[in-house]
Amino acid sequence: MTARRTSSGGLIERSRTIGFTFDGRSYTGHSGDTLASALVANGVTLVGRSFKYHRPRGIFTASVDEPNALVTILKDGVREPNIPATQIELFEGLEAESQNRFPSLEFDLGALNQLAGRLFSAGFYYKTFMGPVIGPLRGTRFWMICEHFIRRAAGLGRAGYKPDPARYERMNAFCDVLIVGAGPAGLMAAEAAMSSGKRVILAEQEPHLGGSARWSGEMIGGKAAADWSQDLARRIDASENVRILTRTTAWGYYDGNNIAALERVTDHLADAPKGAPRHRNWAIRADTVVLATGAFERPIVFPGNDRPGVMLAGATERYAREFGVLPGEKIALFTNNDSAYRAAAALRQFGATIMAIIDVRAKISPAARALAEEAGVEPLLGFAVTATVGRRLTKVLVRRFDAETERLSGDARPIEADCLAVSGGWSPAIHLASQAGRNPKWDEELCAFLPPEPTQAWAGAGAFTGAVTTAEALSTGRNAGLKAAGKKLSRAKLPEVTAPNLDIHPASVFEIKGNGKAFVDFQHDVTVEDVRLAHREGFVSVEHLKRYTTLGMATDQGKTSNVPGLAIMADARGLPIRDVGTTRFRPPFSPVSIGALAAEKYGHFKPDRLTPMHDWHVEHGARMMNVGLWHRPMIYGQPGETVEQAYTREAATVRRSVGIVDVSTLGKIAVKGPDAAVFLDRVYTNQFSTLPINKARYGLMLRKDGIALDDGTTWRLGEHDFLMTTTTANAGRVMQHLEYVLDVVWPDLKVHLTSVTDQWAGAALAGPNARKVLETCVAGSAVDNEALPFMGLVYGEIDRAPVLVCRLSFSGELAYEVYCGAGHGKHVWEALITAGEPHGIAPYGMEALGALRIEKGHVTGAEIDGRTTARDLYLDWMLSKKKPFIGSALMDRPGLIEKTRLRLVGVISLDGRPLGGGAHIVESGDLNELGESIGHITAFCYSPALAQYIGLALVKGGKELHGKRAYISDPLRKHFGPVQIVSHHFFDPEGKRMHG
Amino acid sequence: MLIPCPHCGPREVSEFSYQGDATRTCPELTSTDVKAWYDYVYNRPNPAGPHREYWQHSGGCRAHLIVTRDTRTHEIHDVAFARAALNRAGEQA
Repeated sequence: MTARRTSSGGLIERSRTIGFTFDGRSYTGHSGDTLASALVANGVTLVGRSFKYHRPRGIFTASVDEPNALVTILKDGVREPNIPATQIELFEGLEAESQNRFPSLEFDLGALNQLAGRLFSAGFYYKTFMGPVIGPLRGTRFWMICEHFIRRAAGLGRAGYKPDPARYERMNAFCDVLIVGAGPAGLMAAEAAMSSGKRVILAEQEPHLGGSARWSGEMIGGKAAADWSQDLARRIDASENVRILTRTTAWGYYDGNNIAALERVTDHLADAPKGAPRHRNWAIRADTVVLATGAFERPIVFPGNDRPGVMLAGATERYAREFGVLPGEKIALFTNNDSAYRAAAALRQFGATIMAIIDVRAKISPAARALAEEAGVEPLLGFAVTATVGRRLTKVLVRRFDAETERLSGDARPIEADCLAVSGGWSPAIHLASQAGRNPKWDEELCAFLPPEPTQAWAGAGAFTGAVTTAEALSTGRNAGLKAAGKKLSRAKLPEVTAPNLDIHPASVFEIKGNGKAFVDFQHDVTVEDVRLAHREGFVSVEHLKRYTTLGMATDQGKTSNVPGLAIMADARGLPIRDVGTTRFRPPFSPVSIGALAAEKYGHFKPDRLTPMHDWHVEHGARMMNVGLWHRPMIYGQPGETVEQAYTREAATVRRSVGIVDVSTLGKIAVKGPDAAVFLDRVYTNQFSTLPINKARYGLMLRKDGIALDDGTTWRLGEHDFLMTTTTANAGRVMQHLEYVLDVVWPDLKVHLTSVTDQWAGAALAGPNARKVLETCVAGSAVDNEALPFMGLVYGEIDRAPVLVCRLSFSGELAYEVYCGAGHGKHVWEALITAGEPHGIAPYGMEALGALRIEKGHVTGAEIDGRTTARDLYLDWMLSKKKPFIGSALMDRPGLIEKTRLRLVGVISLDGRPLGGGAHIVESGDLNELGESIGHITAFCYSPALAQYIGLALVKGGKELHGKRAYISDPLRKHFGPVQIVSHHFFDPEGKRMHG
Repeated sequence: MLIPCPHCGPREVSEFSYQGDATRTCPELTSTDVKAWYDYVYNRPNPAGPHREYWQHSGGCRAHLIVTRDTRTHEIHDVAFARAALNRAGEQA
């Protein structure tokens, strides 16, 4: 073990020791550690296997940009895969597992893939599985055979199967100034903005404020930068108008300055406080945003650059200064800019031996030279690393290198090292900006993309803007904060920064060409050769490069690989990087839990719609079912009854005596105004202007394209006053349709629409004894055939509650719908039940309602399915020829009146077995030669009236098939059997019963 | 995206339902010009730039609005009540 904890230093609490396990082995760390820093401190350098080649991989960075060290966390019985170890705060009892290895991390069978490395180059799957293989393996068959094995070997972590017990929350917030990032620039911006009294939110993805100040080793305002940042953070925290969100990643920038942010509330705790959500998904609407998101260090690409022990230089410095951890004993550095020199000095100061600083440049700044002296080493200028050696790094090979011509020369020279710290320059974290801006601009000096011109209200600060020093970060931060708060810029003195005067503008060297795999995107195992192959095969645009090689498409979104990948493509094309361009960084900036996105949008947060009679149903043994958001009784089962027995009994009682069903869920729309009748004539296919007052009529609506939309009855309560009912399922859609045509198509019509679904309770009383029941309980109006004929309506009272009684029938029986104010719903229902007791009244549920309507061949949403026309449903008698209506112009298009259309029929099961909804209907009885489907079952039931299993179906030709024998084919439910196609009017086709 | 409802004030887009292209006009119901009906029901231009469209404030006052929105930036240039605007246009015609 070469990596180790230093004897002192760092911002960890050395007095607090924390136990954790990694792959079942126990280790300890300290409070303030991340899993990554604790693993490094324990000398664990191999932490995972790579995506395609199963190469051993180590920890590469110290933050959100980590491509390699993805682990699975086991907590509360749930496995969560693919979490960067660099972002996991250590807590007592933390259990983590490495990924993508079998049987173990040390010995992994999948590593055999490395031997077949050439096979897995870009486009491997398409080239192998989508064509060239011939014979019995042609097409995708070869893929079908191999898929199982490939899927097993590829991929990253494995998700669990158990439901996630954690709670997630969504939060909306508003502020004047949102500051993203709490490094020196973000802290200065927050301080400047808060003094204005504006509402400020400061979001930082790390657990602590301070950013690079925590590990830069610089002095700010006469204090160690880490202390300065802590003091300032305390002052900001004390301000009442600033809300600080730590562990909160702003992950998306949306229209209207709306920023999505994920707060990890309890991930870092061994035991979450009761009721605390695990993650909180913030939607923050800000007047202005300050982006102080910093910059990511990027690697130089060279052969063997993925060997465990190779790490970003800034990360090694951070491990030393923030966590008191040395990633190696004998450390070499490889750089194209000055920033690695500061790391070298820091690592030396914490006790490591600096073996070499390998710099591609011929000249370095005096400040860098001074730091090299501090590190105790003479830098190798004009050299490059060309290979690495060891299962875990033991040495690196270097050769002379000319940064101008990018030529290597001379013999390879070995340098002993157990850690290689690499710096290839710094790229501003422009991810959010690119979602709210134009195209990023390439900067030749910095060799990086700078933030684009904003298209939304944001300003940048600090390293994000390409500012390279802390002093610049402080000034740009303060200016951005003042500007965002609408204040004048200040001339007050800024805190003084003491720091080496380093030149972090890199030499324009991105890649050292040589033998052996050189990785660009570590997480997706994309090599230099893959990028060049993409170029050779013509995938030269950045968008094609990305999709063909999957460069930058892993969970780290190419934070370390974007610029090197583009640089290599530019080199292959012989173009400047500026002309190659970059892809847009899409949200999310870093992975977001699905739970946080769903948050309150699932499970018990869905509204429940209960009718006024709901409690009565439950008290009387109803089994409830969901119909959209509504809860409706399915059956009122008696002890020992099956569902079928229950609904058969209920439906038979309706046919024999009387039953009652809750129809409060029907959509109800009050249509009022002098043009109400004209309006209804236009939206319904049949005429309503001729409907007398106190009469109801069944109506059908079409869509503009001539397809059936919905049906229902509309009652004329007055000259200008109608009550429309719709099906339960389509209530919202019909309301919106009517509002649309009234607002947009006929704005001149004087009509007003009000949804009154929830204001009315309704009960349908059906059966030969229905009138007798009403006669005993309705006061104030006669209900005999003369006073209340079919489709008539009367006003009365039931047990002192005013009611509206309309004689309508869905069941085909003598039936009435009794409506009353929702507040009287249960009262009236109970009075009707009492009045019905002498007749053995049965409350009935959705199943019986369905059976009764199937026996009558009445259509509902299963048949009005958005594909059928009025003619398909044999409702053409409702299409008025006297007037135009919505849909009349297009309903007779050739395709809508073809003979082969699916049309409504009845179906009787001939084998005594139930039909299945959705089952196909075929003409052939030979299971081996089924032929084509000629239609499907839309609804089925056991019919008590016919004593058979029956159903409704849509079949090609409709009526013409009446009397024919066919077969239903329902392989999912393993049912194949003969059926008879008949008229959908199974029962009482003349309608004598309802007119009786 | 925020839509400034003239009745309710600026509101989140999730409160609204998109109700289609506002540049097309429904033929008279009596019209049997199938081409005109096809254009109205099916044919849509898909401009990159300012676009007039109907949005209903379905989670609010339920009024239909005519919103002029830039399809590239979601910038909203103009909002008006559909019914009032169309009636005004009808009177002028």
